[in-house]
Amino acid sequence: MNKLSLFGLLSLVIRRDLLLAMRRRADVLTTLVFFVMVVSLFPLGVGPEPEMLRKMASGVVWVAALLASMLSLPRMFSADYLDGTLEQMLLAPQSLTALVLGKIVAHWMLSGLPLVLIAPVLGLQFDMSAQALGMLVLALLLGTPILSMIGAVGAALTLGLRGGGVLVSLLVLPLCIPVLIFGAGAVEAVTSGMSAVSNLSLLAAFMLFALVFTPFVAAQALRISME
Amino acid sequence: MAINWFKYSAPTTFYGLAGKLIPYFAWAAAILFVIGLYIGFFVAPTDAVQSEAYRIMFIHVPASILSMFIYLVMAGYAALGLIFKTRLSAMMAQALAPTGALFAFISLWTGALWGKPMWGAWWVWDARLTSELILLFLYLGFIALQASIEDSRRADKAGALLAIVGSVNVPIIYFSVKWWNTLHQGSTIKFSGTSMHIAMQQAMLAMLIACWLYAIAVTLARVRSIILEREANTTWVNELPEMKVQS
Amino acid sequence: MLEVGNLACSRGDHRLFSGLSFSLHAGQIMQVQGANGSGKTSLLRTLCGFITPDEGGISWNGKPVGELGEDYYAELLYIGHLNAIKDELNALENLQMSAGLAGYTVTEQQAVAALKRMGLQRREHLPVRVLSQGQRRRVALARLLISDAHLWILDEPLTALDVGAVGLMQELIGEHLSKDGMVIFTTHQPLQVAGVQTRELVLS
Repeated sequence: MNKLSLFGLLSLVIRRDLLLAMRRRADVLTTLVFFVMVVSLFPLGVGPEPEMLRKMASGVVWVAALLASMLSLPRMFSADYLDGTLEQMLLAPQSLTALVLGKIVAHWMLSGLPLVLIAPVLGLQFDMSAQALGMLVLALLLGTPILSMIGAVGAALTLGLRGGGVLVSLLVLPLCIPVLIFGAGAVEAVTSGMSAVSNLSLLAAFMLFALVFTPFVAAQALRISME
Repeated sequence: MAINWFKYSAPTTFYGLAGKLIPYFAWAAAILFVIGLYIGFFVAPTDAVQSEAYRIMFIHVPASILSMFIYLVMAGYAALGLIFKTRLSAMMAQALAPTGALFAFISLWTGALWGKPMWGAWWVWDARLTSELILLFLYLGFIALQASIEDSRRADKAGALLAIVGSVNVPIIYFSVKWWNTLHQGSTIKFSGTSMHIAMQQAMLAMLIACWLYAIAVTLARVRSIILEREANTTWVNELPEMKVQS
Repeated sequence: MLEVGNLACSRGDHRLFSGLSFSLHAGQIMQVQGANGSGKTSLLRTLCGFITPDEGGISWNGKPVGELGEDYYAELLYIGHLNAIKDELNALENLQMSAGLAGYTVTEQQAVAALKRMGLQRREHLPVRVLSQGQRRRVALARLLISDAHLWILDEPLTALDVGAVGLMQELIGEHLSKDGMVIFTTHQPLQVAGVQTRELVLS
């Protein structure tokens, strides 16, 4: 019998979650459709003046991305919790932290990455310049993983609770405010002709910080919730 | 001789101790409130720029300070509860949250009242007010999480973890909001005079200490009811004189 | 060797059991008995480390399991009420994923052989969704065949199983015990392993 390395476990968990999502594609698509819808609603609400739309584009896309990723958070652990797989995960003889990291990566690939990829199309609806679009993608690429990481802690804490879906947003959204500020700020800096380096480096620093701590904290939260 | 602190961390002993302490804190808070408000409203001179409107500061500033401080204390108790598994620490954290939220709310309310004469708008996206709003959200999240978990042990631990994550995040949030504020050249509350009048300082200090004492008194009272609720089935609770009167 | 000393456990305000002590040596099997709600499942979950006991401790080979952590989990195989299988995956994929989460890899031949022994021949590639309750339980129990854990903790392993499968389980447990394994289980059905004395622990 071959022992599985830590990296092997990580890739197994990611492959497993991706495989499961592929067999149940609707979940991934609903998040994406929600994102597109929310963004498309804004011009209907505030009017179609290109000047104003250009100005608010980055903020709208970021807020919509925040909401869309909240939508998919409750699913992060709940299926595994309901069918008993989570119990087995807690008994994994490797680190639960690595396992949770795998779940976070898979969650980002399924809910964050599609948003990053479709964002430029939505940006065009708002008449964003090519430069701004590039920056939007870059900022989302750095920022959406943070949403999955902080979200994992919230999802683990609210596991199996009544009304967990709304509760998780209530817990996670305030903690994600720095992502919104730095992410939208980066795009805004580019459109107003300034350098976005400081915004991006702060975003990257926040991501590394979250990467170090959140998988461990989420693992502890899972143990608490399983008691 | 070392004091056995764990003796006081047992709910049984703490219940009685808290009961004895509450009146002192409550009376001291009430007296200082009266003194602080009197000095603040009648003794302190009118400000050159803000005229009478500045007097709301005597409530606004202590409430803001307390709301932030209580969050840290709450996270501290939560961490203690998680590490040493002392039940009382978790109860303290739970008891502090509503008071902290109340102060955050008062701070926002008075901030809005102050903003109207100062900037002509009830709400201005000032860095400190915005941070205070986010802090209120954090409190509400903590309270909502604890309220939706029925098992008290899980509620304690989950709340503790959330409070710790929140307290680590608070400086980052504060910094990011400040950063955002300077980029957008928002307005900030700046005090006109270079030095505060001595009466203003006295009023501020009295109000700050009064809020502090009030927070302690209310928290202790709340901890007492949490203890009663959680230990309702134990013999020592049933033997309390106040329990016998009811039944 | 698994040792439990003075264990106490409660759910909410309700004390399930206290002062529970026992030890289990290699080759021994123990059945936990008690009425519904007497804390059988809670005891098993406490042994798995999901629940922190109010009092007392659990040690494995003389060391507290809290210190051993993941080294203890490597010696442990738990099958609970829930099957821990995914409807979207087929039996073979499920078994391979379970093995992966338990920290090792199995080849396809090993997994197919295990499923065959569990009576799931030619059903390896069907999505678990279309299998019957008893067959799904068999997929979950196939983990016993590919694991090298010493301690089996089985919560109602016989639920939904037919007579043939119950006989197979007795056989499997017998083999495990003869290899110096240990088993703790709960059941409401009779389970008798030939040639081995089943110890009993009664919760009231």
